[in-house]
Amino acid sequence: MLDWMSDNRAAIAAIVIFALAIMFISSIFIGKKQAKLSAKDAVFGDPERTKGGWYWSVCGISALLLVWFYFSWGVGRAYFPNAANEMCQVAKLEEAISPIKAALPLESRYYKSTTLVARNSDQLMQLQSQMPTAAFSQNEQTELYALISETRRLMANSSNPANLSLDAQDQLQVLAQDLVGLSTRLAAGPQGISPSAEALAQPRWGTTHIEIPMLPITERGVLFDTITLDAQELAARFVKIRNNPSQNDALIVDIKNRIDALKIVTTSGKFDEDVTTARKAYLKAVERIFKRLDDGIIFPAQSLEGINTAIATLDSAKNDARGQLGTIEALFFPGDGIVKSRTQCTEQGSGRWLPKPTDVVATFWKLASPNTEADGGFKGIPLFWWKWLPVGDVVAMIMPDWIADILPGEYARHAADGTVTPNFKDKVLALAQGDVNLGAVPMFDGHVWDSMFRVLVALGLGIMFGVPLGIYMGVSKFFKSFFDPLIELYRPVPPLAWAPLILTIFGIQDDGKIFLLFMVAFAIMVISARTGASGTQLSKIRASHSLGATNGQILRNVILPNALPEILTGIRIAIGVCWGTLVAAEMLAGTTGVGFIENVARTVSDYELIWVTILIMGILGLAFDLIMRWVITKTIPWRGKG
Amino acid sequence: MANLICDNLCMTFTNPQTGGKVEALKDINFTLKKGELLAVLGPSGCGKTTLLNMIAGFINPTGGHITLGGDVIKSPGVERGMVFQQGALFEWLTVAKNVDFGLRMKSTDKQESAELVEKWLDIVGLQGFGDTPTYQLSGGMQQRVALARCLVNNPDVILMDEPLGALDALTREKMQSLVLDLWKETGKTIMIITHSVEEALLLGERLFVMAPRPGRIHKEYNLPFAERGLKESLREIKQDSHFADVREEILTMIWNMEEEIMGRA
Repeated sequence: MLDWMSDNRAAIAAIVIFALAIMFISSIFIGKKQAKLSAKDAVFGDPERTKGGWYWSVCGISALLLVWFYFSWGVGRAYFPNAANEMCQVAKLEEAISPIKAALPLESRYYKSTTLVARNSDQLMQLQSQMPTAAFSQNEQTELYALISETRRLMANSSNPANLSLDAQDQLQVLAQDLVGLSTRLAAGPQGISPSAEALAQPRWGTTHIEIPMLPITERGVLFDTITLDAQELAARFVKIRNNPSQNDALIVDIKNRIDALKIVTTSGKFDEDVTTARKAYLKAVERIFKRLDDGIIFPAQSLEGINTAIATLDSAKNDARGQLGTIEALFFPGDGIVKSRTQCTEQGSGRWLPKPTDVVATFWKLASPNTEADGGFKGIPLFWWKWLPVGDVVAMIMPDWIADILPGEYARHAADGTVTPNFKDKVLALAQGDVNLGAVPMFDGHVWDSMFRVLVALGLGIMFGVPLGIYMGVSKFFKSFFDPLIELYRPVPPLAWAPLILTIFGIQDDGKIFLLFMVAFAIMVISARTGASGTQLSKIRASHSLGATNGQILRNVILPNALPEILTGIRIAIGVCWGTLVAAEMLAGTTGVGFIENVARTVSDYELIWVTILIMGILGLAFDLIMRWVITKTIPWRGKG
Repeated sequence: MANLICDNLCMTFTNPQTGGKVEALKDINFTLKKGELLAVLGPSGCGKTTLLNMIAGFINPTGGHITLGGDVIKSPGVERGMVFQQGALFEWLTVAKNVDFGLRMKSTDKQESAELVEKWLDIVGLQGFGDTPTYQLSGGMQQRVALARCLVNNPDVILMDEPLGALDALTREKMQSLVLDLWKETGKTIMIITHSVEEALLLGERLFVMAPRPGRIHKEYNLPFAERGLKESLREIKQDSHFADVREEILTMIWNMEEEIMGRA
């Protein structure tokens, strides 16, 4: 069932999106109608006006989901499941002709040759004006100026159409014709070519971790794919064409020799070190420009016009062959579209980092599966499940070893016959070390439970110690003045600032995190209990004194219940803050927990997993808060009515 | 006999910042016999509440002493029950649990206390409201609970600090009858602080009119209206010419006192 849903997630998404659109529109209608009916119910500002209105919740949630579907390309995948594969084939062709385009003004405004000539001329000019005259003799300077103008002549020769070799002219002409031929084939459309069986057997878009199937699965895709093969060959031919005018041959040899001659003089050793360095650097700069010009990559501008026109033709043929695909891409695939890089095609823009809702659900199901052998859970631990917990381990965790040490008597010694008979002290030690089998109880297990366990234990401890202290601080001058500075000093420090220290002291296991969270919960509970206790009405205290209650009885029966609303609000806040701190602490260190999952997902850029962990945290936080809200309305119904 | 005796009672408040002293009460002397109903009236700031708080034991006098049945009062106790203006009920408890509070603190037998609670709820007219949360009650009903909660402890003296001040006129009249009935039925000593002259006249068998700066008993009355109120309707008593005369006299007295304060200030 799950596999089927996983394979058909695009179809499921199509239905879901349709339903969402209907929900969105109909909820607006219902809302409008209700607004008309209840327009005169209450005056503006009356809190009664906010009651009800489930349809606006439906409207908001469906709008959010629709936006999510749209920007994650979920709509595109649901209704145009083959579009990405076709876009991938187009991207392949674009990648294939990109080496040719890079040399042409179509892509980069100028011919690559133009850019080269401009840049080299600039640099030669600079060299000429910055010659270190002190380092060279008068003769040498004259020679260098001559060299620079000779180098300039190299460029001039290459740029002159009259000097272009017949061979190169020929090659460029043929290439332009071939490109036009390619365009004609593209315009002719897919004639009798159909996708291969291998291509059709590929996993569909998004059902595996390979993002988009590479092989073409539509006729149009196959057309682009076959054209791409030829285009690649043409591009390879293009980059091999060189313009080496015969006029340059002798010139190159001459310049090379003259530079070498100047180099030899520099090594004769009649200059000091600074001058030698300056000479070397200058000559190197001249030589560098010369070498750039001797490999024949500068072409006369006119010679490339044919190629430029041919590529433009190919581009427009490509756009024609793409047909509606372009419109679909613009409408339903927001962002940079699909890009081919190396061996795969990838989604770019929001399609990349915003996973589709259906993919998130699929990842969640995989994560939620308790069957860790079949790749469920995360790193061999389920998300939320149960296991048998040996009672002995729990006893060992609570009971310290020194309890056995302080018992009277000695631990057993081995007897003369080579046997050891454990005595009572040994048995207690075995219990404290968890070596006794006391059976097992079912217990929750998994990453989510580990996170929840840490929060709940820390919160429990925080309530256990924080509430009594807070109450005493609310009623006693000693407790208030003694503990106030201590708590107020550590409380404002952000919990994460404590984390490195606490985790160093207690280790990265549960105790460190629990202590960190305890610190957070404790401070919040102390403050809320204290506020609640000190806010008790004087008349209630006096009434209870007159009714014969002792101080202890007043504390338990009047001050504590009176502080309950504040304490419960404190718990609600503490849960939220603990939860936030915990996830951050788990990201710092640890081997289990929701924060740990997200941290691993981050290092491998698994966006779906990142979003799943974010959603899990949001949902758990919401669940905690809903439970607390329910507890508050159940336990303190008198709040605001006293 | 458990008489309440105030002997040369003085109370001086010291302002901790300025060190200035205010004489809230000076030389208060009176004896309240068992079963008497005393109403205390006076302009605001004359120390009536201070006097009551001292008798309740919430604050200790700076001079003189208070005795109840020969014992000097130093702290609050069950023999002096309190009823506050706002009821001061425990809103997290039901009506029955509120009434039960004093008994529970004394660990009274459950059966016995349940019967007592039932009885007193009957008397104050709250039959069947035992399981209602107190925050759902009206102001008058809340004061009935406060009365029952105080009476269930069987105190010698009942101290009331403007107990009916926050009620509407109709409820107030009903509650005044209830107080009179309770006084008659239980024979308790009752001291009631009020700022309503009419209420003081209706309820006070004895009536102190207090004067401010320093707080002192300005004039004492012995009035017949409380006794009459047990038999006649309170509204008729209010129309009595004697009632009207005394009311006018006291109103003028208090009016003059206020004028004097304003003049001095």
